Amino acid sequence: MALFSKENRQAFTNPLNLDNPIAVQVLGICSALAVTSQLKPAIVMGLSVTVITAFSNVIISLIRKTIPNRIRIIIQLVVVAALVTIVSNILKAYVYDVSVQLSVYVGLIITNCILMGRLEAFAMQNGPWPSFLDGVGNGLGYAIVLIVVGFVRELLGFGTIFGFQVVPDSWLMDNGGLYLHNGMMTMPAMALILVACFIWAHRAYNKDIE
Amino acid sequence: MAKLNTNGNLYTIVYATVIVIIVAFLLAFVASALKPTQDANVAIDKKQQILASLNIRGVEKTATEAKYDAVIKQALVYKATSADVIEGEDGFDVPSKEFKEKRPFYIAEVDGQTKYIVPMTGAGLWGGIWGYVALDDDCETVFGTYFSHESETAGLGARIVEEWFQDSFKGKKLYADGDDKTIALSVVKKGKEGTMSPDNYVNGVTGATLTSNGVDEMIKDGLSKYQDILNAQK
Repeated sequence: MALFSKENRQAFTNPLNLDNPIAVQVLGICSALAVTSQLKPAIVMGLSVTVITAFSNVIISLIRKTIPNRIRIIIQLVVVAALVTIVSNILKAYVYDVSVQLSVYVGLIITNCILMGRLEAFAMQNGPWPSFLDGVGNGLGYAIVLIVVGFVRELLGFGTIFGFQVVPDSWLMDNGGLYLHNGMMTMPAMALILVACFIWAHRAYNKDIE
Repeated sequence: MAKLNTNGNLYTIVYATVIVIIVAFLLAFVASALKPTQDANVAIDKKQQILASLNIRGVEKTATEAKYDAVIKQALVYKATSADVIEGEDGFDVPSKEFKEKRPFYIAEVDGQTKYIVPMTGAGLWGGIWGYVALDDDCETVFGTYFSHESETAGLGARIVEEWFQDSFKGKKLYADGDDKTIALSVVKKGKEGTMSPDNYVNGVTGATLTSNGVDEMIKDGLSKYQDILNAQK
C-alpha cells in the first residue's frame, strides 16, 4: 500500500473540509467555545489537539487488535489521558512559559470529543499510518474553525489581532469616536453563534453534505 | 499464532490490569524524572514574579537567580499571630497554602533604597489569584505590583498579569488622608470612584469586574494582615 494512496490522502483531506470535525461531525464544540476569545490560545489549542489526536490515533491503531471489545472506551481514555499528562509534564519541564499559558487547555484536551470520536470511528478499524493522517487532518480541521472564530471574536471584541491593535483608539466612544468594542464577542455564547454561522456558510457552499 | 479470544472475561481483566500497570509506571517515571527540572522552573518563575513587583521585568531565566540574590536582602517569616520572626526559615520557601500560619515578608534594596514586599493570595472569578505588592520605605506608597492568576478568562480577567494594570498602582497610597488604620487602596470600576482621592484607587479591568473585585479584596485583606509588620519598619 502506497504511503499516499487515494484512501490515505482522503483520510487527511476529508476532515479539513467535507468531514470537518466541528462543521460536519459536530465534535469538539465545547473547547471551541472556551478558547476562541482570542486568536493566540485558539491556535495553540488547535495545534495541541492535532498532536495529541495524531499520536493517540497511532497508539490505539497499533494495539487495536488486542483491545477487548467491552472495555475499549476505557482503554482509549487511558491512552489519551496518559499521553496528555506526559506532554503536559514535558512542557512544564522544558518550556515552562508555554505550559503556564496552556494550563487550562491541557486538561480540556482530554475531554475533547474529537479525540474519542476519531479513536472509536477510525483508529479502531485502520492501520497506524492512515490513523496518523486522520488524526492530523481532524486536528487541523478543528484548528481552522477555531482560528476563524478566534479571528472574528478578537477583532470585534477587543479590536486587536494577535494582541496588536487594529482598531485605532481615536474611533472609540471614550475618545469621542463612534465605535464601541462588542463585549458580547468576548462571551462564550457568541462563539456558539459564530460556529453556527460558519456551519451555515460551509453547508451553503458544500450542498451535497447531508 | 493461535487466535486469542479477546472477549473472554479473563483476557479482559488481565488486559486491563496490564495496561493500567504499564501506564502507571510510565507516568510515575516521567513525573519523577522531570520533577527536579519542573521545580527549578517554578522557583525561577516565582523569583521573576517577585522581581516584577519591584518593576524589574524581563530578566533572563539564567540571570534570574543572580538578580534575585542581588536585590532581595532578606526574606523573613513572621508568625501569623504575632510580630515574631521565625528564625532560620526562608520566606521564599513558604508555600501560599501556609500563609494562614506564616507570613513571609521580603526586604529588598533597589538603587540604594529599601523596599518592602508583601505577598498575598485571593480568589478571582474562576480560581485563585495571587500577587506581590512592593512598598517604599515609608510603608505607605506603592512602589510596584505583580499579580497573576490560575484560570481567569483569557482577554478579560487574565489581563491582571499585564504590565499596564500593575503599573497603574505605582505611587498610590495605602491610606486615605486622616486615617492610617484602614487600608484604602482599592480597585474600582471606572465611574464608581465616588469621593475617593485619586491617590487611593486604580481602575479595574474593563469587562472583568469580578476578577477586579477579587484583586481589590486581596489587596485590602493581604495588606491589613501585614500592618503590624509594616508599622514596625517605619
